[in-house]
Amino acid sequence: MTFIQKQRNILDVALCSLLRRKGKNLSLVVAYVFVIFLLSSVMFITDALKREASFVLKDTPEMVVQRLVAGRHELVPTAYAKVIGKIKGVQSVSARLWGYYYDATNGANYTLIVHQDLITSPGSIMVGRGVARHLSAGENGTIPFKACDGSYLFLEIRSVLPSESELVSADLVLMSELDFRRLFQMPEGYATDLVLRVRNVRELSTIAAKVVQLLPDTRPVSRDEILRTYDAVFSWRSGLVIVIFAGALCAFLILAWDKATGLSAEEKREIGLLKAVGWETSDVLLMKFWEGMAVSLVSFLTGIILAYLHIFFTSASLFEPALKGWSVLYPDFRLTPFIDGQHAATLFFLTVVPYTAATIVPSWRTATMDPDSVMRS
Amino acid sequence: MAGRRSSIFAVYLLIHLCILALLWAHAQPGQSRARPDLELKRQMVGSLGLTDLCLFTEARYTRHPAMADSNAPFQDHPMSFDHFPSGSIVTVPEHLRYESGKP
Repeated sequence: MTFIQKQRNILDVALCSLLRRKGKNLSLVVAYVFVIFLLSSVMFITDALKREASFVLKDTPEMVVQRLVAGRHELVPTAYAKVIGKIKGVQSVSARLWGYYYDATNGANYTLIVHQDLITSPGSIMVGRGVARHLSAGENGTIPFKACDGSYLFLEIRSVLPSESELVSADLVLMSELDFRRLFQMPEGYATDLVLRVRNVRELSTIAAKVVQLLPDTRPVSRDEILRTYDAVFSWRSGLVIVIFAGALCAFLILAWDKATGLSAEEKREIGLLKAVGWETSDVLLMKFWEGMAVSLVSFLTGIILAYLHIFFTSASLFEPALKGWSVLYPDFRLTPFIDGQHAATLFFLTVVPYTAATIVPSWRTATMDPDSVMRS
Repeated sequence: MAGRRSSIFAVYLLIHLCILALLWAHAQPGQSRARPDLELKRQMVGSLGLTDLCLFTEARYTRHPAMADSNAPFQDHPMSFDHFPSGSIVTVPEHLRYESGKP
Protein backbone atom coordinates (compact mmCIF):
# COMPACT_ATOMS: atom_id res chain seq x y z
CA MET A 1 0.00 0.00 0.00
CA THR A 2 1.50 3.31 -0.99
CA PHE A 3 1.94 6.06 1.58
CA ILE A 4 -0.75 8.27 -0.01
CA GLN A 5 -3.22 5.39 -0.23
CA LYS A 6 -2.70 4.65 3.45
CA GLN A 7 -3.25 8.30 4.41
CA ARG A 8 -6.42 8.40 2.32
CA ASN A 9 -7.78 5.30 4.00
CA ILE A 10 -7.03 6.65 7.45
CA LEU A 11 -8.56 10.01 6.48
CA ASP A 12 -11.70 8.15 5.36
CA VAL A 13 -11.98 6.49 8.77
CA ALA A 14 -11.28 9.82 10.51
CA LEU A 15 -14.02 11.59 8.52
CA CYS A 16 -16.48 8.74 9.20
CA SER A 17 -15.67 9.05 12.89
CA LEU A 18 -16.28 12.81 12.80
CA LEU A 19 -19.57 12.36 10.92
CA ARG A 20 -20.78 9.83 13.51
CA ARG A 21 -20.72 12.67 16.06
CA LYS A 22 -22.17 15.19 13.61
CA GLY A 23 -23.91 17.49 16.09
CA LYS A 24 -20.95 17.84 18.44
CA ASN A 25 -18.40 18.34 15.70
CA LEU A 26 -20.55 20.76 13.77
CA SER A 27 -20.96 22.99 16.83
CA LEU A 28 -17.20 22.70 17.36
CA VAL A 29 -16.53 23.83 13.78
CA VAL A 30 -18.99 26.74 14.13
CA ALA A 31 -17.25 27.95 17.32
CA TYR A 32 -13.81 27.46 15.76
CA VAL A 33 -14.82 29.34 12.58
CA PHE A 34 -16.12 32.20 14.73
CA VAL A 35 -12.84 32.42 16.65
CA ILE A 36 -10.77 32.45 13.44
CA PHE A 37 -13.19 34.94 11.86
CA LEU A 38 -12.80 37.36 14.78
CA LEU A 39 -9.03 37.06 14.94
CA SER A 40 -8.62 37.40 11.17
CA SER A 41 -11.05 40.33 10.98
CA VAL A 42 -9.04 42.21 13.60
CA MET A 43 -5.82 41.28 11.80
CA PHE A 44 -7.15 42.49 8.42
CA ILE A 45 -8.62 45.77 9.68
CA THR A 46 -5.59 46.73 11.79
CA ASP A 47 -3.11 45.82 9.04
CA ALA A 48 -5.11 47.76 6.44
CA LEU A 49 -5.54 50.83 8.66
CA LYS A 50 -1.88 50.86 9.67
CA ARG A 51 -0.81 50.57 6.05
CA GLU A 52 -3.23 53.29 4.96
CA ALA A 53 -2.10 55.60 7.78
CA SER A 54 1.58 55.09 7.03
CA PHE A 55 1.03 56.01 3.36
CA VAL A 56 -1.49 58.81 3.73
CA LEU A 57 0.29 60.57 6.60
CA LYS A 58 3.70 60.59 4.90
CA ASP A 59 3.21 64.27 4.05
CA THR A 60 2.00 65.32 7.47
CA PRO A 61 3.87 68.34 8.92
CA GLU A 62 7.50 67.61 9.75
CA MET A 63 6.98 69.10 13.18
CA VAL A 64 4.08 70.63 15.07
CA VAL A 65 4.80 72.83 18.08
CA GLN A 66 2.05 73.14 20.66
CA ARG A 67 1.91 75.20 23.82
CA LEU A 68 0.84 73.58 27.07
CA VAL A 69 -0.50 75.35 30.13
CA ALA A 70 -1.41 73.26 33.20
CA GLY A 71 -1.17 70.10 31.08
CA ARG A 72 -3.63 71.39 28.49
CA HIS A 73 -3.30 72.86 25.05
CA GLU A 74 -3.20 76.62 24.97
CA LEU A 75 -3.10 79.08 22.09
CA VAL A 76 0.42 79.83 20.88
CA PRO A 77 1.52 83.46 20.52
CA THR A 78 2.55 83.90 16.88
CA ALA A 79 5.65 85.71 18.24
CA TYR A 80 6.94 82.19 19.08
CA ALA A 81 7.29 81.62 15.33
CA LYS A 82 10.01 84.28 15.16
CA VAL A 83 11.95 82.66 18.00
CA ILE A 84 11.70 79.20 16.43
CA GLY A 85 12.49 80.55 12.95
CA LYS A 86 15.93 81.64 14.21
CA ILE A 87 16.90 78.06 15.12
CA LYS A 88 19.52 76.75 12.71
CA GLY A 89 18.02 74.18 10.36
CA VAL A 90 14.45 75.53 10.48
CA GLN A 91 13.31 76.41 6.96
CA SER A 92 9.95 77.96 7.75
CA VAL A 93 7.45 78.32 10.57
CA SER A 94 3.77 78.89 9.92
CA ALA A 95 0.89 79.35 12.29
CA ARG A 96 -2.07 76.99 12.06
CA LEU A 97 -5.57 77.90 13.05
CA TRP A 98 -7.85 74.99 13.73
CA GLY A 99 -10.27 73.79 16.35
CA TYR A 100 -13.47 71.91 17.06
CA TYR A 101 -17.06 72.96 16.74
CA TYR A 102 -19.85 71.11 18.50
CA ASP A 103 -23.09 71.36 16.58
CA ALA A 104 -25.70 71.33 19.35
CA THR A 105 -28.55 70.82 16.89
CA ASN A 106 -27.37 67.34 15.89
CA GLY A 107 -24.64 66.46 18.39
CA ALA A 108 -21.88 66.25 15.78
CA ASN A 109 -18.30 67.46 16.23
CA TYR A 110 -16.63 69.17 13.29
CA THR A 111 -12.95 69.93 12.82
CA LEU A 112 -12.59 73.52 11.64
CA ILE A 113 -9.43 74.45 9.77
CA VAL A 114 -8.36 77.74 8.24
CA HIS A 115 -7.50 77.15 4.61
CA GLN A 116 -5.33 79.46 2.52
CA ASP A 117 -7.58 79.03 -0.56
CA LEU A 118 -10.43 80.71 1.30
CA ILE A 119 -8.42 83.60 2.70
CA THR A 120 -9.90 86.05 0.21
CA SER A 121 -13.42 84.71 0.38
CA PRO A 122 -14.88 85.05 3.85
CA GLY A 123 -18.37 83.64 4.15
CA SER A 124 -17.46 80.58 2.10
CA ILE A 125 -16.53 77.14 3.39
CA MET A 126 -15.51 73.78 2.04
CA VAL A 127 -16.89 70.78 3.91
CA GLY A 128 -16.05 67.10 4.17
CA ARG A 129 -18.42 64.55 2.69
CA GLY A 130 -19.43 63.39 6.18
CA VAL A 131 -20.57 66.89 7.17
CA ALA A 132 -22.48 67.37 3.91
CA ARG A 133 -24.15 63.98 4.25
CA HIS A 134 -25.08 64.58 7.87
CA LEU A 135 -26.59 68.00 7.22
CA SER A 136 -28.09 66.94 3.87
CA ALA A 137 -26.39 70.01 2.43
CA GLY A 138 -24.69 70.36 -0.93
CA GLU A 139 -22.82 73.04 -2.82
CA ASN A 140 -24.26 76.55 -2.37
CA GLY A 141 -26.10 75.41 0.75
CA THR A 142 -25.72 77.42 3.96
CA ILE A 143 -24.67 76.18 7.39
CA PRO A 144 -25.34 78.32 10.49
CA PHE A 145 -22.54 78.41 13.09
CA LYS A 146 -23.15 79.76 16.56
CA ALA A 147 -20.32 82.14 17.49
CA CYS A 148 -18.90 82.61 20.99
CA ASP A 149 -20.94 85.79 21.52
CA GLY A 150 -24.19 83.96 20.71
CA SER A 151 -24.62 85.45 17.25
CA TYR A 152 -24.95 83.28 14.18
CA LEU A 153 -22.58 83.10 11.28
CA PHE A 154 -24.13 81.81 8.05
CA LEU A 155 -21.46 80.28 5.85
CA GLU A 156 -22.06 79.15 2.30
CA ILE A 157 -20.69 75.82 1.08
CA ARG A 158 -18.43 76.52 -1.86
CA SER A 159 -17.56 72.87 -2.46
CA VAL A 160 -17.73 69.44 -0.87
CA LEU A 161 -14.46 67.54 -0.49
CA PRO A 162 -14.23 64.34 -2.57
CA SER A 163 -15.75 61.21 -1.07
CA GLU A 164 -12.54 59.25 -1.76
CA SER A 165 -10.83 61.35 0.91
CA GLU A 166 -13.36 60.65 3.69
CA LEU A 167 -10.89 58.76 5.83
CA VAL A 168 -9.02 62.02 6.42
CA SER A 169 -11.65 64.66 5.68
CA ALA A 170 -15.15 63.44 6.66
CA ASP A 171 -15.61 65.95 9.50
CA LEU A 172 -13.61 68.87 8.08
CA VAL A 173 -14.94 72.38 7.61
CA LEU A 174 -12.40 74.60 5.82
CA MET A 175 -12.94 78.33 6.27
CA SER A 176 -11.26 81.73 6.06
CA GLU A 177 -9.18 83.16 8.91
CA LEU A 178 -11.62 86.02 9.32
CA ASP A 179 -14.60 83.70 9.85
CA PHE A 180 -12.58 81.46 12.17
CA ARG A 181 -11.50 84.32 14.41
CA ARG A 182 -15.00 85.79 14.39
CA LEU A 183 -16.53 82.42 15.32
CA PHE A 184 -14.25 81.73 18.28
CA GLN A 185 -13.40 85.34 19.17
CA MET A 186 -9.77 84.32 18.88
CA PRO A 187 -7.45 87.29 19.45
CA GLU A 188 -5.03 88.40 16.74
CA GLY A 189 -1.45 87.35 17.37
CA TYR A 190 -2.42 83.87 18.53
CA ALA A 191 -2.67 80.56 16.68
CA THR A 192 -3.64 77.00 17.57
CA ASP A 193 -0.15 75.64 16.94
CA LEU A 194 2.91 76.15 14.78
CA VAL A 195 4.07 74.02 11.86
CA LEU A 196 7.77 73.74 11.07
CA ARG A 197 9.58 72.80 7.89
CA VAL A 198 13.19 71.82 8.34
CA ARG A 199 16.11 71.58 5.92
CA ASN A 200 17.23 68.13 7.06
CA VAL A 201 14.76 65.71 8.68
CA ARG A 202 17.64 64.02 10.52
CA GLU A 203 18.00 67.19 12.56
CA LEU A 204 14.41 67.02 13.83
CA SER A 205 15.29 65.72 17.30
CA THR A 206 18.01 68.40 17.72
CA ILE A 207 15.58 71.10 16.61
CA ALA A 208 12.90 69.73 18.97
CA ALA A 209 15.37 69.93 21.85
CA LYS A 210 16.25 73.53 20.96
CA VAL A 211 12.56 74.50 20.74
CA VAL A 212 11.93 73.15 24.25
CA GLN A 213 15.09 74.85 25.51
CA LEU A 214 14.10 78.25 24.10
CA LEU A 215 10.39 77.94 24.84
CA PRO A 216 9.93 75.60 27.83
CA ASP A 217 6.10 75.79 27.74
CA THR A 218 5.97 74.18 24.28
CA ARG A 219 5.80 70.59 23.13
CA PRO A 220 7.10 69.60 19.70
CA VAL A 221 5.52 66.59 17.95
CA SER A 222 7.55 65.23 15.04
CA ARG A 223 6.31 63.47 11.91
CA ASP A 224 7.81 60.20 13.10
CA GLU A 225 5.84 60.41 16.32
CA ILE A 226 2.64 61.13 14.39
CA LEU A 227 3.25 58.12 12.16
CA ARG A 228 4.08 55.88 15.12
CA THR A 229 0.82 56.90 16.80
CA TYR A 230 -1.15 54.75 14.36
CA ASP A 231 1.18 51.82 14.82
CA ALA A 232 0.46 52.07 18.54
CA VAL A 233 -3.29 52.62 18.10
CA PHE A 234 -3.63 49.43 16.07
CA SER A 235 -0.91 47.35 17.67
CA TRP A 236 -1.91 44.04 19.30
CA ARG A 237 -1.75 45.75 22.70
CA SER A 238 -4.29 48.44 21.80
CA GLY A 239 -7.73 48.44 23.37
CA LEU A 240 -9.89 47.02 20.60
CA VAL A 241 -7.40 44.44 19.49
CA ILE A 242 -6.56 43.13 22.92
CA VAL A 243 -10.22 42.84 23.96
CA ILE A 244 -11.13 40.84 20.85
CA PHE A 245 -7.90 38.83 20.99
CA ALA A 246 -8.42 37.99 24.65
CA GLY A 247 -12.05 36.92 24.06
CA ALA A 248 -11.18 34.82 21.03
CA LEU A 249 -8.15 33.33 22.76
CA CYS A 250 -10.26 32.31 25.79
CA ALA A 251 -12.83 30.68 23.48
CA PHE A 252 -10.03 28.88 21.64
CA LEU A 253 -8.39 27.72 24.87
CA ILE A 254 -11.72 26.30 26.06
CA LEU A 255 -12.02 24.41 22.76
CA ALA A 256 -8.47 23.07 22.95
CA TRP A 257 -8.75 22.33 26.68
CA ASP A 258 -11.92 20.33 26.09
CA LYS A 259 -10.02 18.24 23.56
CA ALA A 260 -6.83 17.92 25.57
CA THR A 261 -8.43 16.89 28.89
CA GLY A 262 -9.90 13.69 27.62
CA LEU A 263 -11.99 11.70 25.24
CA SER A 264 -15.65 10.79 25.51
CA ALA A 265 -16.60 7.19 26.35
CA GLU A 266 -17.64 6.71 22.72
CA GLU A 267 -14.29 7.91 21.41
CA LYS A 268 -12.43 5.66 23.85
CA ARG A 269 -14.53 2.65 22.77
CA GLU A 270 -13.75 3.50 19.14
CA ILE A 271 -10.00 3.51 19.81
CA GLY A 272 -10.30 0.26 21.76
CA LEU A 273 -12.15 -1.37 18.85
CA LEU A 274 -9.57 -0.20 16.32
CA LYS A 275 -6.78 -1.58 18.48
CA ALA A 276 -8.69 -4.83 18.94
CA VAL A 277 -9.02 -5.33 15.19
CA GLY A 278 -5.28 -4.88 14.75
CA TRP A 279 -4.59 -1.16 14.35
CA GLU A 280 -1.18 -0.01 15.52
CA THR A 281 -0.94 2.84 18.04
CA SER A 282 0.72 4.95 15.34
CA ASP A 283 -2.28 4.39 13.02
CA VAL A 284 -4.71 5.46 15.74
CA LEU A 285 -2.66 8.60 16.34
CA LEU A 286 -2.54 9.25 12.61
CA MET A 287 -6.33 8.95 12.46
CA LYS A 288 -6.68 11.43 15.35
CA PHE A 289 -4.18 13.75 13.64
CA TRP A 290 -6.35 13.76 10.51
CA GLU A 291 -9.46 14.36 12.62
CA GLY A 292 -7.82 17.42 14.17
CA MET A 293 -6.48 18.62 10.85
CA ALA A 294 -9.85 18.22 9.13
CA VAL A 295 -11.66 20.29 11.77
CA SER A 296 -8.84 22.89 11.94
CA LEU A 297 -8.33 23.31 8.20
CA VAL A 298 -12.05 23.62 7.43
CA SER A 299 -12.51 26.13 10.24
CA PHE A 300 -9.36 28.12 9.44
CA LEU A 301 -10.06 28.47 5.73
CA THR A 302 -13.75 29.28 6.23
CA GLY A 303 -12.97 31.77 9.01
CA ILE A 304 -10.29 33.66 7.11
CA ILE A 305 -12.38 33.88 3.91
CA LEU A 306 -15.39 35.20 5.84
CA ALA A 307 -13.14 37.72 7.63
CA TYR A 308 -11.76 39.06 4.33
CA LEU A 309 -15.30 39.47 2.96
CA HIS A 310 -16.38 41.14 6.20
CA ILE A 311 -13.57 43.72 6.26
CA PHE A 312 -13.08 44.53 2.58
CA PHE A 313 -16.53 43.93 1.10
CA THR A 314 -18.83 45.07 3.90
CA SER A 315 -16.47 47.73 5.36
CA ALA A 316 -16.20 45.92 8.72
CA SER A 317 -19.93 46.23 9.35
CA LEU A 318 -19.80 44.09 12.52
CA PHE A 319 -17.13 46.29 14.08
CA GLU A 320 -18.91 49.50 13.10
CA PRO A 321 -20.85 49.99 16.37
CA ALA A 322 -17.61 49.58 18.36
CA LEU A 323 -15.65 51.91 16.10
CA LYS A 324 -18.42 54.51 15.96
CA GLY A 325 -18.90 54.76 19.71
CA TRP A 326 -20.90 57.92 20.29
CA SER A 327 -19.63 59.60 17.14
CA VAL A 328 -22.40 61.26 15.18
CA LEU A 329 -20.17 61.75 12.15
CA TYR A 330 -18.50 58.65 10.86
CA PRO A 331 -16.53 58.37 7.64
CA ASP A 332 -17.91 56.12 4.94
CA PHE A 333 -14.68 54.56 3.71
CA ARG A 334 -13.47 51.41 2.01
CA LEU A 335 -10.15 50.05 3.10
CA THR A 336 -7.59 49.02 0.53
CA PRO A 337 -7.52 45.19 0.50
CA PHE A 338 -4.33 43.84 1.97
CA ILE A 339 -3.28 40.40 3.19
CA ASP A 340 -0.13 40.18 5.28
CA GLY A 341 1.13 36.65 4.55
CA GLN A 342 3.29 36.62 7.66
CA HIS A 343 0.38 37.49 9.94
CA ALA A 344 -1.88 34.90 8.25
CA ALA A 345 0.83 32.24 8.68
CA THR A 346 1.26 33.19 12.36
CA LEU A 347 -2.47 32.86 12.90
CA PHE A 348 -2.41 29.46 11.18
CA PHE A 349 0.39 28.14 13.38
CA LEU A 350 -1.12 29.58 16.55
CA THR A 351 -4.50 27.94 16.00
CA VAL A 352 -4.24 24.86 13.77
CA VAL A 353 -1.10 23.40 15.36
CA PRO A 354 -2.17 23.68 19.04
CA TYR A 355 -5.64 22.35 18.25
CA THR A 356 -4.29 19.35 16.33
CA ALA A 357 -1.80 18.65 19.12
CA ALA A 358 -4.60 18.88 21.67
CA THR A 359 -6.52 16.25 19.68
CA ILE A 360 -3.62 13.80 19.57
CA VAL A 361 -2.41 13.92 23.19
CA PRO A 362 -5.46 12.31 24.95
CA SER A 363 -5.78 9.79 22.12
CA TRP A 364 -2.16 8.77 22.62
CA ARG A 365 -2.90 8.12 26.29
CA THR A 366 -5.87 5.91 25.42
CA ALA A 367 -4.20 4.21 22.46
CA THR A 368 -1.30 2.98 24.58
CA MET A 369 -3.67 1.21 27.02
CA ASP A 370 -4.90 -2.36 26.70
CA PRO A 371 -7.90 -2.43 24.26
CA ASP A 372 -9.93 -4.66 26.59
CA SER A 373 -9.59 -2.31 29.55
CA VAL A 374 -10.32 0.70 27.31
CA MET A 375 -13.58 -0.80 26.08
CA ARG A 376 -14.64 -1.88 29.59
CA SER A 377 -13.84 1.51 31.19
CA MET B 1 -13.37 6.66 -6.28
CA ALA B 2 -15.27 9.93 -6.49
CA GLY B 3 -17.59 8.99 -3.65
CA ARG B 4 -14.87 8.52 -1.08
CA ARG B 5 -15.07 10.92 1.85
CA SER B 6 -11.39 11.76 1.59
CA SER B 7 -11.96 12.85 -2.05
CA ILE B 8 -14.92 15.03 -1.09
CA PHE B 9 -12.83 16.54 1.71
CA ALA B 10 -9.92 17.17 -0.68
CA VAL B 11 -12.26 18.88 -3.17
CA TYR B 12 -13.73 20.98 -0.34
CA LEU B 13 -10.25 22.09 0.74
CA LEU B 14 -9.24 22.77 -2.84
CA ILE B 15 -12.28 25.00 -3.41
CA HIS B 16 -11.47 26.95 -0.24
CA LEU B 17 -7.83 27.31 -1.25
CA CYS B 18 -8.95 28.55 -4.69
CA ILE B 19 -11.23 31.14 -3.03
CA LEU B 20 -8.33 32.22 -0.80
CA ALA B 21 -6.08 32.52 -3.85
CA LEU B 22 -8.77 34.59 -5.58
CA LEU B 23 -9.00 36.89 -2.57
CA TRP B 24 -5.21 37.21 -2.58
CA ALA B 25 -5.40 38.06 -6.28
CA HIS B 26 -8.18 40.55 -5.49
CA ALA B 27 -5.97 42.27 -2.92
CA GLN B 28 -3.04 42.79 -5.32
CA PRO B 29 -4.71 44.93 -8.05
CA GLY B 30 -6.85 46.41 -5.28
CA GLN B 31 -3.76 48.20 -4.04
CA SER B 32 -2.83 49.64 -7.41
CA ARG B 33 -6.51 50.50 -8.03
CA ALA B 34 -6.60 52.37 -4.76
CA ARG B 35 -3.36 54.25 -5.52
CA PRO B 36 -5.09 57.39 -6.96
CA ASP B 37 -7.38 57.60 -3.91
CA LEU B 38 -4.42 57.18 -1.57
CA GLU B 39 -2.51 59.86 -3.47
CA LEU B 40 -5.52 62.20 -3.19
CA LYS B 41 -5.64 61.67 0.58
CA ARG B 42 -1.89 62.13 0.84
CA GLN B 43 -2.05 65.41 -1.09
CA MET B 44 -4.88 66.62 1.13
CA VAL B 45 -2.87 65.74 4.23
CA GLY B 46 0.08 67.69 2.82
CA SER B 47 -1.85 70.77 1.70
CA LEU B 48 -4.04 71.07 4.81
CA GLY B 49 -1.35 69.97 7.26
CA LEU B 50 -3.52 67.18 8.66
CA THR B 51 -2.05 64.95 11.33
CA ASP B 52 -4.64 62.22 11.89
CA LEU B 53 -7.14 59.88 10.30
CA CYS B 54 -10.80 60.76 10.80
CA LEU B 55 -11.82 57.56 12.58
CA PHE B 56 -13.37 58.61 15.90
CA THR B 57 -15.03 62.02 15.94
CA GLU B 58 -16.63 61.81 19.38
CA ALA B 59 -13.77 63.32 21.43
CA ARG B 60 -10.84 65.53 20.50
CA TYR B 61 -8.23 63.14 21.88
CA THR B 62 -9.60 60.28 19.77
CA ARG B 63 -10.13 62.46 16.67
CA HIS B 64 -6.53 63.66 16.83
CA PRO B 65 -4.63 61.16 18.99
CA ALA B 66 -1.29 62.40 17.67
CA MET B 67 -2.10 65.92 18.91
CA ALA B 68 -3.62 64.96 22.26
CA ASP B 69 -2.10 65.76 25.62
CA SER B 70 -1.73 63.29 28.47
CA ASN B 71 -4.60 64.77 30.46
CA ALA B 72 -7.14 65.01 27.64
CA PRO B 73 -9.25 61.97 28.64
CA PHE B 74 -9.58 63.39 32.18
CA GLN B 75 -10.46 66.84 30.97
CA ASP B 76 -13.58 67.43 33.06
CA HIS B 77 -11.95 67.20 36.48
CA PRO B 78 -8.96 65.39 37.99
CA MET B 79 -10.95 62.29 39.07
CA SER B 80 -12.96 62.14 35.86
CA PHE B 81 -12.83 58.84 34.01
CA ASP B 82 -12.57 58.54 30.27
CA HIS B 83 -16.21 58.16 29.27
CA PHE B 84 -16.02 57.99 25.46
CA PRO B 85 -16.21 54.44 24.05
CA SER B 86 -13.45 55.08 21.51
CA GLY B 87 -11.17 56.09 24.39
CA SER B 88 -10.93 52.39 25.21
CA ILE B 89 -9.92 51.61 21.63
CA VAL B 90 -7.32 54.31 21.08
CA THR B 91 -4.18 53.79 23.10
CA VAL B 92 -1.98 56.58 24.34
CA PRO B 93 0.47 57.61 21.58
CA GLU B 94 4.07 56.57 22.11
CA HIS B 95 5.35 60.14 22.37
CA LEU B 96 3.00 60.78 25.30
CA ARG B 97 3.87 57.52 27.05
CA TYR B 98 7.56 58.27 26.96
CA GLU B 99 7.26 62.04 27.27
CA SER B 100 9.47 62.13 30.35
CA GLY B 101 12.24 60.54 28.31
CA LYS B 102 12.02 63.19 25.59
CA PRO B 103 14.85 65.66 25.10
